Amino acid sequence: MTQQFYVSPEQLMKDRADFARKGIARGRSVVVISCADGIALIAENPSPSLHKIGEIYDKIAFAAVGKYNEFESLRQAGVRYADVRGYSYDREDVTARGLASVYAQSLGAVFTAEQKPFEVELAVAEVGLAQEQDHLYRLTFDGSIADENGFVVMGGLADQISDVVSGAWEPELSLAGAMRLALRALAADKEADALPSTAVEAAVLYRGSESHRGSRRAFRRLLPEDMTLLLAEEA
Amino acid sequence: MQDPSTGPLATQATSSFTEHLQRSRPELLPFSQSLPAGMVPSSPHATTIVALTYAGGVLMAGDRRATMGNVIASRHIEKVFPADEYSVLGIAGTAGLAIDITRLFQVELEHYEKIEGTLLSLVGKANRLGAMIRGNLPMAMQGMAVIPLFAGFDQVSGVGRLFSYDVTGGRYEEQEHHSVGSGSVFARGALKKLWKPNLSEEAAVAVAVEALYDAADDDSATGGPDPVRQLWPVVYTVNRAGNRRVPERDLAAIAGAIVESRAIAGREA
Repeated sequence: MTQQFYVSPEQLMKDRADFARKGIARGRSVVVISCADGIALIAENPSPSLHKIGEIYDKIAFAAVGKYNEFESLRQAGVRYADVRGYSYDREDVTARGLASVYAQSLGAVFTAEQKPFEVELAVAEVGLAQEQDHLYRLTFDGSIADENGFVVMGGLADQISDVVSGAWEPELSLAGAMRLALRALAADKEADALPSTAVEAAVLYRGSESHRGSRRAFRRLLPEDMTLLLAEEA
Repeated sequence: MQDPSTGPLATQATSSFTEHLQRSRPELLPFSQSLPAGMVPSSPHATTIVALTYAGGVLMAGDRRATMGNVIASRHIEKVFPADEYSVLGIAGTAGLAIDITRLFQVELEHYEKIEGTLLSLVGKANRLGAMIRGNLPMAMQGMAVIPLFAGFDQVSGVGRLFSYDVTGGRYEEQEHHSVGSGSVFARGALKKLWKPNLSEEAAVAVAVEALYDAADDDSATGGPDPVRQLWPVVYTVNRAGNRRVPERDLAAIAGAIVESRAIAGREA
């Protein structure tokens, strides 16, 4: 019988965390910004069909960086959790906080118990009636959860991009303003001033979707033509 | 939440909310109970639904009455619901089960859309509803049948389409117009005389309200327009732009005009 070498728990956790961090750092970044019109979600993503941003429920959206198969399975599990909860209780009883804590538990369990941790970082966003009621949660590979204020930046160049966003973010930003800021921030390591709208995947959680858009579902994916129209608006 | 480790998840992956409930929470399904022998106590029943096509779309209307034997169980019940953006369904039969099946169907369509990132085809939606009605067959055999009527806008062919169901889940596409529920015989007679090809939307709403008026005239379980309580039928239209609920004040005007024209005519029918 082969004897296993002793590895201290500190070393084991550190190795796993380094492994996950490396995986995430390779990926392109995602920016989630709360603004006056709602919450804007923008991901640098050349593929028009393999989404990093998704709808979870009426007022809740999901954004992720890292390995596609891992965050896609988490997104689907989140949709199932939200739909079962909304069906068995009521639509109002599905909250971003509940979803984020379930994600935190799943990520934490995988981090300690499985062969390898998930190489993902998630953001769960919930749009409120007023901007103070918006919720942005950021979840990391080890199950840590953080309640962010105003915006979330995740991915390989999170620190650089975060500097650009925090320098210009203000609560009064319009949706177009938030999109412009995100496109500028995502180009932090590139030659260009801002990414073209074709290089990103964008979606929005509209504030007050019932009264303005006649739908309780606040999430809408913005197609390249929607983005062009939006960015043509006056700054 | 499901175990997110990829192995079991891949084999369990399903885009169907109903299948997910069957596997993980079967007690939440409206029709998965096995009932003991015996009589089911009297419970509210939903009555008449009419649906018809018009130029550019399809509409569905339902009266506001639920009955329990000879008693009016509700004057306010709504029996026509949007299923998703481009389809609506109306229900007749045991109200408690029907409302839960409607809720399940709404979640089923939204769940598929969120998981797959695309809408189900109209016939795909109609088939899912048929499977749910078949799932309810054991309950129907205990006397608790649910019969829906489904209508939607087919974005591929660009027309409104209608589907009716039998108690075994059989799905039948209907042409022009159809009705279900206790007053359906009378509503259908009225529709045969009132419906014409290429009706405008306003004219089609008036035809639906008048057909329900005729059903209420002869069927005690169908409620007519109620000016005392300001209750009018629930009417949804579906066209290329999606579904829309016809506002109360339009329906009040239409129902008022029908009652007035009948009063002026002063005839028995």
